[in-house]
Amino acid sequence: MSEERYVLNKQLAQMLKGGVIMDVTTPEQAQIAQEAGACAVMALERIPADIRAAGGVSRMSDPKMIKGIQEAVSIPVMAKCRIGHFVEAQILEAIEIDYIDESEVLSPVDDVYHIDKKQFQVPFVCGARDLGEALRRINEGASMIRTKGEPGTGDVVQAVRHMRRMNREIAKITSMRKDELYEEAKQLSVPFALVEYVHDKGRLPVVNFAAGGVATPADAALMMQLGAEGVFVGSGIFKSGNPKKRASAIVQAVTNYQDSRMLAELSEDLGEAMVGINEQEIALLMAERGV
Amino acid sequence: MGSSKTKKIAVLALQGAFVEHEKRLKNLGAECVEIRQKADLMQDMDGLILPGGESTVQGKLLTQLGMLQMLRDRIRNGLPVLGTCAGLILLADELGKDEPAWLDTLPVRVRRNAYGRQLGSFWVNGEFQGIGKVPMTFIRAPYVESIGEGVEILAVVENRIVAVRYGNQLGIAFHPELDEDERIHKMFLDMCRQGF
Repeated sequence: MSEERYVLNKQLAQMLKGGVIMDVTTPEQAQIAQEAGACAVMALERIPADIRAAGGVSRMSDPKMIKGIQEAVSIPVMAKCRIGHFVEAQILEAIEIDYIDESEVLSPVDDVYHIDKKQFQVPFVCGARDLGEALRRINEGASMIRTKGEPGTGDVVQAVRHMRRMNREIAKITSMRKDELYEEAKQLSVPFALVEYVHDKGRLPVVNFAAGGVATPADAALMMQLGAEGVFVGSGIFKSGNPKKRASAIVQAVTNYQDSRMLAELSEDLGEAMVGINEQEIALLMAERGV
Repeated sequence: MGSSKTKKIAVLALQGAFVEHEKRLKNLGAECVEIRQKADLMQDMDGLILPGGESTVQGKLLTQLGMLQMLRDRIRNGLPVLGTCAGLILLADELGKDEPAWLDTLPVRVRRNAYGRQLGSFWVNGEFQGIGKVPMTFIRAPYVESIGEGVEILAVVENRIVAVRYGNQLGIAFHPELDEDERIHKMFLDMCRQGF
């Protein structure tokens, strides 16, 4: 990827800011998502809650299914490949996906290496639990970061933890003396230039969204108030009683995340939220995949 | 308001790259206010920016939040407006087949995602009327397919119209807010200074 292409890819993420990216499994769901105001959709065969329930190895979706969704909507379409599976990524690039999510939701194929994302023209988004993970992914060529959270649980505790941790670590670096950054770069296993960027600008060099367990307008607004620049909602919408209404409410909550009166209205009559699983109750922690 | 020195520019902040515009405006000494809901529109402003992002999202939010008609009226009454990318789409009075217009104030036909998907996004140094060469960043960009009466073409890239002016409305297919060059924002502020 040329530097110019990388900049364009980071800039696409900038256009998604303040928006909601929704998981969809069919063209019909994609249209509902677009209609409700999603700024992009994530095309996948099974949403994380079902992946979790089904168990077994989870892989990239059928390209035909993804193409069906690309044809159904005009907003950007993202799709997931397994961590380290650069051939799945090549396939997604071949069908001109707008963004690849190298995702811990799917089963990793490589327990050491992530994809060398600089070899691609299309942009990548990657999950991170802390600043070190985020900067390592950016160093590999990711042009957008999201918290990992714990997908498919309807429990936002991990996304909160990851967002707070990232913010805390950024604040720490911002307050450091410049001569301390070399050691910090060593600790985080990332190049000095990235740590220096965080020190100077007080933020990640790419857009940072919240993801994992967001199920209500209040969850989405919480993540925005904690500093997320937008929100991914996976299972939270199409595992709920009234997907259309909930999706639209979450979109509006992300725009007016500081207006509690509006959030109260948006939270009314949404029907049943997805059934959540507490983190103590789950056997598989997807967030621990690919650090 | 036309005489006071500091200009107050409203930036539509429903979704997308509005912070980038605010940065440019502040560098140029303008005051910025974010428009997120109807109540935010109940104030005086010298100009309005419609930023890049997803036009469908912004259009739907404008509708749901009951702001579409209010904005339309203000633009028709001459409020200077700069729309970039999604903002141009919101202004246009004609989009593709089965796509209803949003603000419907700028007599141009705009084609969305006209350069294809993200792989079609690009950057060029292009000629902008009255300014000269400016950096132009196109992200899943639209272009103007045809113009109505009274619309002035400000920039053409590879035979496609990418910037127009109609009265106090500036519609641009690319993202001047993403590059360091501030001349287009300066031109817009000059427009706002001339008042309406």
